[in-house]
Amino acid sequence: MDLSAINPVLLVASLMVAATPLLLAAIGELVVERAGVLNLGVEGMMIVGAISGFAIAVESGSPLLGFVAAALGGALLSLLFALLTQVALANQVASGLALTLFGLGLSSLMGQSYVGIRPPSSARLDIAGISDLPVIGPILFGHDIILYFGLALVAGVWALLKFSRVGLVLRAVGENHDAAHALGYKVTRIRVLAILFGGACAGLGGAYISLIRVPQWTEGMTAGVGWIALALVVFASWKPWRALLGAYLFGGVTVVQLNLQAAGVAIPVEYLAMSPYLITILVLVILSADKSNAPASLGRSFHASS
Amino acid sequence: MKFKTFLTGAAVALGLASMAAAQDKTTVGFVYVGPVGDGGWTYEHDQGRLAVEEAFGDAVETVYVENVAEGPDSERVMTQMALNGADLIFTTSFGYMDPTINVAQKFPNVKFEHATGYKRADNVSTYSARFYEGRAVQGHIAGKMTESNIIGYIGSYPIPEVIRGINSAFIHARKVNPDVQFKIVWAYTWFDPAKEADAAKVLIEQGADVILQHTDSTAPQAAAKEAGGVITFGQASDMSEYAPLPRVSSIIDNWAPYYIARTKAVMDGTWESVDTWDGIGPGMVEIGEISNAVPEDIKAEALEMTAAIGAGEYHPFTGPIKKQDGSDWLADGEVADDGTLAGMNFYVEGLEGDIPQ
Repeated sequence: MDLSAINPVLLVASLMVAATPLLLAAIGELVVERAGVLNLGVEGMMIVGAISGFAIAVESGSPLLGFVAAALGGALLSLLFALLTQVALANQVASGLALTLFGLGLSSLMGQSYVGIRPPSSARLDIAGISDLPVIGPILFGHDIILYFGLALVAGVWALLKFSRVGLVLRAVGENHDAAHALGYKVTRIRVLAILFGGACAGLGGAYISLIRVPQWTEGMTAGVGWIALALVVFASWKPWRALLGAYLFGGVTVVQLNLQAAGVAIPVEYLAMSPYLITILVLVILSADKSNAPASLGRSFHASS
Repeated sequence: MKFKTFLTGAAVALGLASMAAAQDKTTVGFVYVGPVGDGGWTYEHDQGRLAVEEAFGDAVETVYVENVAEGPDSERVMTQMALNGADLIFTTSFGYMDPTINVAQKFPNVKFEHATGYKRADNVSTYSARFYEGRAVQGHIAGKMTESNIIGYIGSYPIPEVIRGINSAFIHARKVNPDVQFKIVWAYTWFDPAKEADAAKVLIEQGADVILQHTDSTAPQAAAKEAGGVITFGQASDMSEYAPLPRVSSIIDNWAPYYIARTKAVMDGTWESVDTWDGIGPGMVEIGEISNAVPEDIKAEALEMTAAIGAGEYHPFTGPIKKQDGSDWLADGEVADDGTLAGMNFYVEGLEGDIPQ
């Protein structure tokens, strides 16, 4: 065993990178579910975002443009879900699953000619003097811009849901769409916008994997992150800061367990491998002891006539 | 995940059902553990499938299902393939072993071929490639090239096939570099690019300047390229898009001749249950071009070793070799028998850490 081989600074820095795709997808889905819509298509939107972002970044040479395209790609795919569930009033669970299957297929079709290509690398934050500081430099000031954007998004969503009128209306729609409708709010419009936001976030998360975390395009490369994001939203009791905590825990323990393995720590590998799931669930379940409930209208279709 | 794979299976099964009509053709099914575009393991199996189509043209029809989870899901996919009239089914991952045997019992007239396993039946053949021969060459190059003397190894699951590869690479790295040390990380997945990249990054952060992988995607190559100053080897497929650096060579699985021969045997009615385990000699394992990042003399040695293994003059597991606990395994000049190799569940002397049980 050689724990000195683990560099704690690099460890924290890389756990933040590992957590970001999960965080982006989860925060998007959180808003969607707060509006009363259950979109199980996160995985599909992520993978479509991953390839849209990758393709545009490669073609244009600009990773930032790639991320914009990824958000658009994810949102575009989620528009399909919005049409199915909000206009045609199809079952949300079935539509969401279909969206995932469709997204996986569509992305491998789109990605045919992008296998084995290296994307342009993303610029890292580099503030003269500050980014070079020992310890806090690499942890706080040495990342790519999307990572900070993810953190800002959590704060933004939290503030929006808690303090703003828009957030209040969104929550009203999610809790009781009939009452919200009676008050004159456009339930369907608000939900469609929330779905689009969720799609854009999932797309960003996917592109973060293909442009920064790996970085390359491989079919099926999100490998289930979308599903973990979905679970995370539930375990985080639909609260933004807990989603952040959960994502960092999950990403953190994933990276830590790989580090412990490489350092030869004498803990059976099976326990290390399951630890991210176990610890994240455990911590969030303990936190959710305050009996936070799911949005009351979650997963229910709304039509003005009913 | 589970529900998703179930639905994938169901959706594909529906698709297969519509193809069952044409019966005079020989139908060959393939069950894949990853996507055909993984650039590694599954990609090469699919190249084999395409070679079968090319060789027999209209006389065969091939079907495949990708991203099939090991375990019960795979049993459902195989059953569906058999019900839809497949005559021969290749199941291409270790974890399909028991499902293959189960389904084969239900369909005695369908021939099954399971890759890398050790359970056979009258209608189940097993086939595998002697990847460890290629690992010996990798170990040699890695041992010579490393400057930090730390070699990172990304394992998938602790099964004999993977352990054999670790041992073979380690023996040959140590032989040319007594100070070399292996750091092994188990990913517990065959295919998860993000996780594979994370594992590679962790190993590089802990000082490894050579990364060997036994997982299916090219993500570790990308991570190594990003980090710089690290060399890697293509796994299962050439991965030449990452040459000349970080990828300096590769092990290529060439399944096409085997798939063609077995399909032919089914068409001729001469198919029998056999156990095939071929290496560099018969061409099932190929060593990908050694890039110019490797000095000429090391390259020459590696090629010489490849030739010696191919000709049967040198066996990568030739004594004296001790087990990790210091007990004797192979005496001086003794060569490991296939039985021990097939079930290998121990590290050789010098490797650190325990194999997960």
